[in-house]
Amino acid sequence: MTTRIERHRYDVVVIGAGGAGLRAAIEARSAGKKTAIISKSLFGKAHTVMAEGGAAAAMGNVNSRDNWMVHFRDTMRGGKFLNNFRMAELHAKEAPSRIWELETYGALFDRTKDGRISQRNFGGHEYPRLAHVGDRTGLEMIRTLQQRIVALQQEDFRESGDYDARIRVFSETTITELMLDGDRVAGAFGYYRESGELVLFEAPAVVLATGGVGKSYKVTSNSWEYTGDGHALALRAGATLINMEFLQFHPTGMVWPPSVKGILVTESVRGDGGVLKNSEGNRFMFGYVPDVFRKQYAETEEEADRWYTDPDNNRRPPELLPRDEVARAINTEVKEGRGTPAGGVYLDVSTRMPAETIRRRLPSMYHQFKELADVDITAQPMEVGPTCHYVMGGVEVDPDTTAALGGVRGLFAAGEVSGGMHGSNRLGGNSLSDLLVFGKRAGEHAAAYCDSVARPRVPTKDLELAVATALGPLERSGGDNPYHLQQELQVVMGDLVGIIRREAELSEALKRLHELRARVANVSASGGRRYNPGWHLALDLRNMLVVSECTALAALERAESRGGHTREDFPAMDPEWRRINLICALDGDEVRLTRKPLPRMRPELLALFERGEMSKYLTDEELAEFDALPEA
Amino acid sequence: MTTATRPGRAAITARTLRTDRWWFAPLVTFVGLGAWVTYATVRVFMHGNYWVEQYHYLTPFYSPCVTERCVEAAAHLGRFLPGWWIVPDAALTLPFLLLFRLTCYYYRKAYYRAFWLSPPACAVPDGHKRYTGETRFPLVFQNVHRYAFYAAAVISVINTYDAALAQATGLGLGNVILWVNVVALWAYTLSCHSCRHIAGGRLKHFSKHPVRYRFWTFVSKLNVRHMQLAWVTLGTLALTDAYIMALAAGWFSDLRIIN
Amino acid sequence: MGTKRNFRVWRGDAGGGELQDFQVEVNEGEVVLDIIHRLQATQTPDLACRWNCKAGKCGSCSMEINGMPRLGCMTRMSTFTADETVTITPLRTFPVIRDLVTDVSFNYRKARETPAFTPPADLAPGEYRMQQVDVERSQEFRKCIECYLCQNTCHVIRDHEENKPPFSGPRFFIRAAELDMHPLDTLEDRKEYAQASMGLGMCNITKCCTEVCPEHIKITDNAIIPMKERVVDRRYDPLVWLGRKIFRRDQLPSPGPDPLLGVLPPREPAEGEPDWQRRHHGAQGPAVGDDGHLPITELTFENQGAGSPFGDDVTLPLPAEDLNYHHPRDDPRR
Ligand SMILES: Cc1cc2nc3c(=O)[nH]c(=O)nc-3n(C[C@H](O)[C@H](O)[C@H](O)COP(=O)(O)OP(=O)(O)OC[C@H]3O[C@@H](n4cnc5c(N)ncnc54)[C@H](O)[C@@H]3O)c2cc1C
Ligand code: SF4
Ligand code: SF4
Ligand code: FES
Ligand code: FES
Repeated sequence: MTTRIERHRYDVVVIGAGGAGLRAAIEARSAGKKTAIISKSLFGKAHTVMAEGGAAAAMGNVNSRDNWMVHFRDTMRGGKFLNNFRMAELHAKEAPSRIWELETYGALFDRTKDGRISQRNFGGHEYPRLAHVGDRTGLEMIRTLQQRIVALQQEDFRESGDYDARIRVFSETTITELMLDGDRVAGAFGYYRESGELVLFEAPAVVLATGGVGKSYKVTSNSWEYTGDGHALALRAGATLINMEFLQFHPTGMVWPPSVKGILVTESVRGDGGVLKNSEGNRFMFGYVPDVFRKQYAETEEEADRWYTDPDNNRRPPELLPRDEVARAINTEVKEGRGTPAGGVYLDVSTRMPAETIRRRLPSMYHQFKELADVDITAQPMEVGPTCHYVMGGVEVDPDTTAALGGVRGLFAAGEVSGGMHGSNRLGGNSLSDLLVFGKRAGEHAAAYCDSVARPRVPTKDLELAVATALGPLERSGGDNPYHLQQELQVVMGDLVGIIRREAELSEALKRLHELRARVANVSASGGRRYNPGWHLALDLRNMLVVSECTALAALERAESRGGHTREDFPAMDPEWRRINLICALDGDEVRLTRKPLPRMRPELLALFERGEMSKYLTDEELAEFDALPEA
Repeated sequence: MTTATRPGRAAITARTLRTDRWWFAPLVTFVGLGAWVTYATVRVFMHGNYWVEQYHYLTPFYSPCVTERCVEAAAHLGRFLPGWWIVPDAALTLPFLLLFRLTCYYYRKAYYRAFWLSPPACAVPDGHKRYTGETRFPLVFQNVHRYAFYAAAVISVINTYDAALAQATGLGLGNVILWVNVVALWAYTLSCHSCRHIAGGRLKHFSKHPVRYRFWTFVSKLNVRHMQLAWVTLGTLALTDAYIMALAAGWFSDLRIIN
Repeated sequence: MGTKRNFRVWRGDAGGGELQDFQVEVNEGEVVLDIIHRLQATQTPDLACRWNCKAGKCGSCSMEINGMPRLGCMTRMSTFTADETVTITPLRTFPVIRDLVTDVSFNYRKARETPAFTPPADLAPGEYRMQQVDVERSQEFRKCIECYLCQNTCHVIRDHEENKPPFSGPRFFIRAAELDMHPLDTLEDRKEYAQASMGLGMCNITKCCTEVCPEHIKITDNAIIPMKERVVDRRYDPLVWLGRKIFRRDQLPSPGPDPLLGVLPPREPAEGEPDWQRRHHGAQGPAVGDDGHLPITELTFENQGAGSPFGDDVTLPLPAEDLNYHHPRDDPRR
C-alpha cells in the first residue's frame, strides 16, 4: 500500500464539531477566514447532543435579581475557588449574549409567560438560570449551530456557487497529530474514518474542541468519542494541561443492564423519597454521615422518613448528603462486597410510594427505566453506582484569547477540552454556556492570529512520522487486541484512580499504566483501512493512556480532597493547596508535573464574597489581605 | 425489487427481511374496504327500501333523494333528476361523499397501501416501477380535499336534519341508530385534517387568536382518532342503512321505546 | 449467565456482501448494539457500525433489524424470542460504505438545500419574544435526532432511486414545517418551495416515516399534511387562482435570483444569441473525485515556488467554455 495524502489548505482548522467547535467555526468564518470543521462522528452527533438540563446564563428572565456577579459567585463556589477567576468572570458576563445569539440562529427555548426565555433551577445556582428546552437542551444547541453553519454555507453558495467555499465540514475524520513548524502550529494530520485515507490540513491556527476523556473509565456517561484526543494532541504539540485530577462523578448512574451502564439517574429520585440499600437490605447511608454534617442529618430511619412530610421539625435523610459523600459511600459498600451483582447498590422508590405517585412525580425516570432497561421502578429497585461524567481539567489556556499556554503558538482550545474555568467542580449547566462563550472567543482569536503570522510549513519528516504512527497498528501483527487493552485501561482507571483515591492505589495505577504503555505502542489491528473500528480504537488508545497518566500523576500529587478529587488519606480541603494548580507537560515520552500558583483574583471580584464564606477557603495570609480590602 | 441490483447499495437479495406479519394490516384493509364498497354499490343501485314511512327513517345513502323515483317525504330538495337506473337517488350528495372519502388523508394512506401496494407496508418494496406520487394528473387532484370537506360538512347537516325529522315520530331503536351515525359522522368530519388546518393550523401565532387556538386544540384531539373514526363511520353508515333497509323491506319491525 | 443466540449480520461493501451467521452470547437486559459491540470485541474486530450515545439521543446507530429500520441502541434483545435469529442489515436506501455503515451524505445535501431560518431584521438578540403556545409546534420537530430512519424507510426514494434528486424526504419536510410555523421566521415562500423544490407532492402520506421515528414525531399528521394544506391555500384554492387570473399576477415575470437560493431561473437564449445563463463550472474548485475528496498527491509533494495569484487550485488556461466571452464574429446580427 503506497502512502498517499490528501492535502487541504485552510486558515483556521477547528477540531471538534460539538458546541464549542461549531461556535468557534461560525466566528472564524464570520471573520472572513477559510474554515474547516473536523469531527470524528457525523455532523451534529457530537457529545453535546446528550446534554439535558440546560445552559446557564444570568439573563434574569425569571428572577430579575440575577446578574453576572451572582453567577460568577456561584461558579467560583461550585469550583471550590480553584477556578481561573478571569474565565469564570468572562463566562458569567458573556453567557447571556451568547444564548440570545442562538435565538437569532433559530433556537426555540422554552418560554416564560411574557415571551422571554424560560430559566430553570439547578443545583448550585442561586436563581433559576438554565435556559432549556425540555430535557434536550444540548440537542437544541447543536442543531441550532449546525443549521447556522448551513445558513452560512448557503450565503457562500449565493455568492460563489460553492457551498464549501469558506466553511467546510469534514465529518468522520479523526485527527491523530498536530503538525508544527518550529513552535508554531502548521496543521493537523489525520484520516477519514470512512475510507481510511490519510489527510493533511495545512493551517496557521488550530482550535481544539474535542471534549472530554470519560471513555478511560468503565462506567461513564460519555461516548466512544471521549478518548481525550484533544488533551493528548495539545500535550504532544507542547502545550500544557491543568487540573487533570478533577473528574466529576455522578453518584447515581445506572449500572444495570449493561447496555445502559453509566446513564444518569436524576438526583430528584432521592429527593422524592428514594432510599439506597445494599445487597443485605440495609439503608447503609446512616453509617456514612461525616461529623461535620451530623447535626443536619437524621440518625434513625423513622426520623428520616418523617422529613419528607415535615422537613421543618426533622433532619434530612442521609441519602441527601452531597454528591461526593454519597458516591463515596456507594463505592465503599461495593468494595466491601455488599454490592449488587452488577456492582452497584439498590435505589428503591417502589416500596416508598404508591405506583401512581411515582409515575406522576418521576415520569422521565419511569420511562427511562421502562424503555432502556425494562425495569418497572414502581415494582423493582433500580441498580445504581457512580458514573464518570465530566473532566474539569484540560488544556491550560489564556482566559481572554483561549490560546494554549506552554511552548506552542497558534493553538486554541475551548469547551470541555480546556481547563481552568470550572475549578475543581463544574456546576450543572455551566458547560453548555462555557462552550458558547469560549467557543466564540477561540474562533475570534484564532482568526486574528492568522492575520499576524506568515503561513507555516509542514515539515516532511514530521509528516512521515505521523503517517507511520497512524498506519502502525495495521502493519504490525501479533500485538494486543485494542478492545482488550481498552478494557484493561478502564479497569485500572476505574478501580485505582476512581472516585475515592488512595496513595498506594495511585502509585499502583501509575505502574500499571506504564506497563500498558509498552503494549499500547505495540497494539495491532486486523482488517483493512475502510471504516475499521478496531484500528480507530488502537489509535485512540495512546491518547487515553497519556491523559490517564496525567490524571493519575496529578491525583497522586494533590494531597487534599476538593471537588472532583477525593483522597481517602487526605479527606479535608487544604487552603494551601487552593493556591496551587498542577500542570502536566510532556517531556519526550514522559509526563512531567509542575506546580504553578493560581492567579490572584482582582480585588473588586474578591469583594463580591463574604468573609465568613471565604474563611473556609483562604489561608490566614490571604484572609488578612481580604480584610485589608477597601470597603466596596 | 431487491437492493441487490442497485449499484452502491447494500447487496441484500431478500425483498424484505421483516419477520412479523406485515401483510396482515393491508389485507384487513383490503377486505374491509372491498366489502364495504361492494355493499354500498349494491345498495345505491337497488333504488328501494330506503324509507320507513311509519317512523320517517331515511337512510343516509339516499339523502336527500332527488330523482323522480323518490318518495315525496324523502326529497328535501325536490325531485329534479330523471329516474334512470344509472342515476343514484342521492346524486347530489353521493359524489361529494365519495370524493371526500377518496381524498381523505387517511383513506389515501389505506388504499395506497392495501390496493396500490405503494408501499404495502413499511420497508416492504413498492409494487411499481415508476413513482411520481401526487405530483401529476390524476393524483394531483387529491389536493381538492379541502373542498370536499366543505361539501361533507353541509351533507352532515342534512343527515342531522334527517335524524331530527325521524325524531318527531317518537323514539325507537332506529332513532338511536340514526343519531349514533350522525354523531360519528360529525366526529369524523370535524377530525378531518383540512378542518384542523382551517380551524387554526394555518395560523402562525396561536397566541393572537385564542378562540381559534382552542378550536384547533379540540380538532387536534379528534384528529388523532381520525383513522378509528373513518372505520367507525363506515360501520355506522352500513349498519344504519342495513337496519332501515330491513325495516323498509319488512324483515322485522322497529324496536320502539316511546310510541 | 448469558445464552448463545443466533444472529445474521450483513457484511460487505459497495462491491458486494452477504449475510453472515454468528453465535453471540446475550445477557439479560442487553440491546442489539451491545451484541454488535460484543461481536467487535470477540469475533470481528473490524465490523463497522456507527454509534455514539447509546441512549437514543444522537441518532447514529440506525440499522435495519429483522427488516425494520430501527436504532440499535433502543432495540432490546428481550423483544425477540430466545430461538429467533436476529437479522441485522445496513440501511438499504443509502449507498453502503462497509458492513452496517452507510453513506448518509444525501441527507446533508438536502439539508443544505433547505432554506435556513431567516430572522426578522428589526430585532436585536435578546429582544425576541415568543409565546410558548406559538413555539410548541416547531419544538416537536426540533426533537429530531437526525437518525434518518424516516428517510430510509420512505418508499419514494427507497424503492425509486431516480426520485432522489427531486425529493428531500420527511426529515426535511418537518424542517420546512418547523420554520413555516416558527413565530419569527420571515421567509414567506416556504410552502411554495416545499412543493416546487422539495418534492412535497411526491409523498403519498403512507405514514411509514411516522411509524419508524424513534422520537415519535408525528411527521405526517403534524408536518406533512399541514404543509400540504398550506400549499393548497396558495396553489389550489380556486379563489386565489381566480384572483391571479383576473389580476394577471402570474404573468408578471419574476426576474432576478430565486429569493430562496439565489439561482437564476433558466431562460432559453434567442436564436444565435449566446447563452449567458448557461451553467458553467463556476469557480474552479479543486478537482474533487467521485468520492468528493481531493485527488491524492504523493507524500513528498510540496508546493513549488510562490503561490499563484489566481489561487493554488486554478489551472491555466481556464476551459474556454467557462469564459463569458462572445466573439463578435459569431454574432448573426453583425
Ligand atoms: C449525559 C450528559 C449530560 C450532560 N448534561 C449537561 C447539562 O445539562 N448542562 C451542561 O452544561 N452540560 C452538560 N453535560 C456536559 C456537556 O454536554 C459537555 O461538556 C459538552 O457538550 C462538551 O462539548 P464540546 O464542544 O467541548 O465537545 P463535544 O460536544 O463532545 O464535541 C467533541 C467533538 O470533537 C470531535 N473530536 C474528538 N476527538 C477528535 C479527533 N481526534 N479528531 C477529530 N475530531 C475529534 C468529536 O467528534 C466531536 O465532534 C452533559 C454531559 C453528559 C455526558
Ligand atoms: S408519509 Fe410521505 S414522506 Fe413519510 S414515508 Fe410515506 S411517502 Fe415518505
Ligand atoms: S424525524 Fe424522526 S425518524 Fe426522521 S430523522 Fe428525525 S428522529 Fe429520525
Ligand atoms: S376526511 Fe380524512 S383527512 Fe379530511
Ligand atoms: S447510539 Fe445514539 S441513538 Fe443509538
